[in-house]
Amino acid sequence: MKARVYVTLKEGVLDPQGRAVLHALHQLGFSGVGDVRIGKFVEVEVRDGPREEVEAAVLRMARELLSNTVIEDFRVELGEGR
Amino acid sequence: MRAGIVVFPGSNCDHDCARAAASAGLDPTFLWHKDRDLKGVDLLVLPGGFSFGDYLRCGAIARFSPVMEEVAAFARRGGPVLGICNGFQVLTEAGILPGALVRNVGLHFICEWVHLRAARTRSPWLATLGEGRVVRMPIAHAEGRYHADPAVLDRLEGEGRVAFRYCGPDGRTGRDTNPNGSARAIAGILSENGRILGMMPHPDRCFDPALTGPGHPETDGRTLFEAALGMVA
Repeated sequence: MKARVYVTLKEGVLDPQGRAVLHALHQLGFSGVGDVRIGKFVEVEVRDGPREEVEAAVLRMARELLSNTVIEDFRVELGEGR
Repeated sequence: MRAGIVVFPGSNCDHDCARAAASAGLDPTFLWHKDRDLKGVDLLVLPGGFSFGDYLRCGAIARFSPVMEEVAAFARRGGPVLGICNGFQVLTEAGILPGALVRNVGLHFICEWVHLRAARTRSPWLATLGEGRVVRMPIAHAEGRYHADPAVLDRLEGEGRVAFRYCGPDGRTGRDTNPNGSARAIAGILSENGRILGMMPHPDRCFDPALTGPGHPETDGRTLFEAALGMVA
């Protein structure tokens, strides 16, 4: 089963990378872009099992390694399709 | 007095730290990240570099090296620990020190000399630096902006655990003297018991006049390593 983990900087944590991309988008002519925040996308292939167990495991992966909860939030999606 | 220098794949200031330790009269020995035996060292140094290529986040993977369990246990026993640059990032990722180090505000990798103001603290790490003294050390990092919740920052300040702040030559702090945008200009912090010091600046790069350059005979870095000597004596 595929699990997708989206890691984003917490609101209030300045994202200089996002800001640099924002300026570049303005240069590209997208003057309507107000803000850009850059995060990470992690795709994890997990052995199939009861959905709740897989979800609990992936949540723990996200909390304990894939994100740093001091500065980041995360969201987990399970299953096929994207 | 043996100083254990922890070496991760990608550490690149391990030999600098060993030389700095030796210059202060410590006996340095290297500890590989897979070691579970700290070889009876009296002090641990986590050096700078790019452990595990800075993959995922700086210090995030190093935290899972076998040696880190021993580092954590050593720290819990009150053993003196110094984390420099990437070593500081490893200590925060491991939860041994609070907060996190994130991308510099200006996005650049900054490699330059900065002034630092030593804190008003009872920590033996700063015993020989004196309260409020201004020192000069190099920084070299892209992810050195200290971040923590305001409550954590208040607590660090209230408990005298902000070891160093970025400042001007006169000790004054401000936006123009904060190279990476760190919260409250924090360059280094201490553990609750004052025996663990994490800092982004490199004392290991300013322990000898040959390293500090013409016109700058200060060797403020050595002072820190000498403080370590006092802690384990």
